[in-house]
Amino acid sequence: MSVPVAILAVVLFALVVLVVSAPLRSGRGEHAPDPATSDSSRQQASRQVIDLNELHSERDAKYREIRDAELDFRTGKLSAEDYETIDAQLRAEALEILDRLEAAEASTRSS
Amino acid sequence: MAGLGFVCLLLALAVCVYGIGASLYGVRSGRVEFSASGRRAVYALAGVLTVAFAVLEVAFLRNDFTFNAVADTSSRTTPAAYRAAAVWSSQEGSLLLWAWLLSLWSSLALFLTRKRLRDVASYATAILLGFGGFFISLMIFYADPFASTHPAPSEGVGLDPLLRFPTMMIHPPMLYSGYTLCTIPLAFGMGALLARRVDADWIKVIRRFAFAAWLFLGMGILLGARWSYAELGWGGYWGWDAVENASLMPWLTGTAFLHSLMIQEKRGMLKVWNVSLVLATGTLAIMGTFLVRSGVLNSIHAFGGATLGVPFVTLIGVLLAGSIYLVVSRRDMLRSEHRLDSLLSRESIFLANNLVLVALCFVIFWGTYFPLISEALTGQEASVGPPWFDRYTVPLALVLVLLSGIGPVISWRRATLANVRRNFLVPVLTALVTLVALLAAGIGDKPLAIAMFCCAAFVFGSIGQEFFRGSRARRAMAGEPAPLALVALVRRNRRRYGGYVVHLGIAVLFVGVAASSSFQHASELGLSPGQSTRVGAYKVTYVRPTATITPKYDEAHTGSTLSLGALLDVTEARPPGRHVATLNPSEGFYASQEASQGSVGSLIGGQPVSHIAMDAGVTRDVWSAIEPNIEAPALARIVKAGNRTLPPEDALVAIGYLAREYLKHPPQAQFHFIVSPLVMWIWIGGGIVFGGALIAIWPAPSVVRRRVAMRVRARTVRA
Repeated sequence: MSVPVAILAVVLFALVVLVVSAPLRSGRGEHAPDPATSDSSRQQASRQVIDLNELHSERDAKYREIRDAELDFRTGKLSAEDYETIDAQLRAEALEILDRLEAAEASTRSS
Repeated sequence: MAGLGFVCLLLALAVCVYGIGASLYGVRSGRVEFSASGRRAVYALAGVLTVAFAVLEVAFLRNDFTFNAVADTSSRTTPAAYRAAAVWSSQEGSLLLWAWLLSLWSSLALFLTRKRLRDVASYATAILLGFGGFFISLMIFYADPFASTHPAPSEGVGLDPLLRFPTMMIHPPMLYSGYTLCTIPLAFGMGALLARRVDADWIKVIRRFAFAAWLFLGMGILLGARWSYAELGWGGYWGWDAVENASLMPWLTGTAFLHSLMIQEKRGMLKVWNVSLVLATGTLAIMGTFLVRSGVLNSIHAFGGATLGVPFVTLIGVLLAGSIYLVVSRRDMLRSEHRLDSLLSRESIFLANNLVLVALCFVIFWGTYFPLISEALTGQEASVGPPWFDRYTVPLALVLVLLSGIGPVISWRRATLANVRRNFLVPVLTALVTLVALLAAGIGDKPLAIAMFCCAAFVFGSIGQEFFRGSRARRAMAGEPAPLALVALVRRNRRRYGGYVVHLGIAVLFVGVAASSSFQHASELGLSPGQSTRVGAYKVTYVRPTATITPKYDEAHTGSTLSLGALLDVTEARPPGRHVATLNPSEGFYASQEASQGSVGSLIGGQPVSHIAMDAGVTRDVWSAIEPNIEAPALARIVKAGNRTLPPEDALVAIGYLAREYLKHPPQAQFHFIVSPLVMWIWIGGGIVFGGALIAIWPAPSVVRRRVAMRVRARTVRA
């Protein structure tokens, strides 16, 4: 291997180490854990973020279902009676998700 | 520079090993900074492999024959564009392309999910880096793209003439993008099972990547079919070749997954089915990659040389065992949250659709792998040809097209019989009118083709009805004029209407397949100048021979030394015999490396390649290929005399005499003519499918999403 190529290889290696180690080196950055918190607290906080994301996705999916049902009704695939039943059911499910979401958000804020 | 390339491979492997460790430690300990470091290892892998790929690409473009890969697959006479694409024509280069694309797509996927699915993403990172490490290890230990020879040869072997076509430049990158994108839902699927989180968030994240995999894989398959039809000399677009099948199988299971994902999203059902499909799709993608490198195939698609069968079989075994273990051990969390409300529902149709897709995949799997396994065990060559595949896939394809028309006209959850009757009226009428028209046209002797045309007409009727009713509903709500209402309808319901367009495209594609298969006229015969033959509704006349000699450093893309062909006049067979087209098929004769063929013989002794000529139209294609008799006595005498008397640097003179003799006294040539109706609709249908997929996958602007969500929320709360 020639000298310029060897230098290139070393530079590449250094760049890789810099990029990969950045989260480990950052002091109070977004990735760094707060030394005051314990492992279990961090895991609980992580779990809360996961639950919130999950509930947001459930909510979005339920909204989509409500709109799909409306579109099915307006394009004649659902009778008025069936639409009323399904729409009420979906909205009840959506409300339940919204309640759980509000509770989860409140819990995250308080912790 | 080869040294830099190899160092990149070593560095890449080290990054993979580190990243796997950091990701697993991060997710197990809750130390998010290690998970983040693992994710950055994927970005770093993409960077390092980009450098490695660039090193190899530059070597090809600069004709650096110290690189064995360059010397074996390129030459100074290969045009620059093909030299750039020649990188992936070899086993070694294609492995590098695979690993590079995997790293790029993985980086994108992990960047887009950096704020969600943290635990799932960490496992997925480790799995994706595992795949990366596997392919990089193959390169380091089995097929090094940076292996070099000193001193370098003065000239390379050159690119396989069969690969010197524009479609072949883009087909592998598309296909490999599809395969590598298939591994992302696989990794996230395994990650979700490991983290015990197969839920709405996982669906939301994985859907786009599954769709992108489906899109790229489909484009790669279609490009391959187009290359086969427009460039190879057999006149077909699908031959049920093992490698074609290997790319189709993950596309079929991926299609099933995209449909049943919607059911899990809405009803929390089919979780076992979905994780099994996503794991199967990724595993089938790896198996497809394995097939061309295993050494079991003797195919135009196969890479010769070193066999990588054992490592791939090991990887596939690990994937299968791991998938089965994860699904079985997590079955408690995969229980459905609801049951089917009604058999008369879109959910039921989707389920039936999935069963058909999986059945198709199973049939193709059996027909592809059973002969290979049988041959491996018994030593006797076994084969399953197109008739076997057609016997089972055609009926399944009919059911599939029919279901793609039924699904859109049935509601989610449950539909009443009265509504179904009303919604089926237009599609059924459309199919019946089509049936009557076809029978009246006198083509009742092709029942399967007629069945496909009627099923496609059913689809056109149902999709057309959906767009019409949807626009009408939109106009009633918003008071917009019809064109605006249609655009707004599609923009606000991209997934639904994009999906409808995909179904439309599939129906169009199958119309093209059915017509071109069932109503094709083909003829293979010998003709001399002045002679004619009838093919279907056309008369083809051999007008005169043609010959082209291209110098060594030619600009023409074929790279052949000598091209012998024929000028053909195509007219309507019925009086008055209107002129339709003029075709000029030819066969290119390439230089070989065999010195024993003599100075002249080696200029044309390489693998000949047919250059077909075609008049493509909306209603039919007229396709022609020629096999000139270059070993006719008069021509063979010239070659023999040239070999005896001419040194290599003057051998082209003899080629000139050869061409002149062919033009003056052309021997009878073998011709292959095909008239295929509606072939163009296969490509048009494919284009519609991909357009629909783009509509479905295109994200709505976030401000629109927030507005819609707020409106729905307000209605929900008020109620």
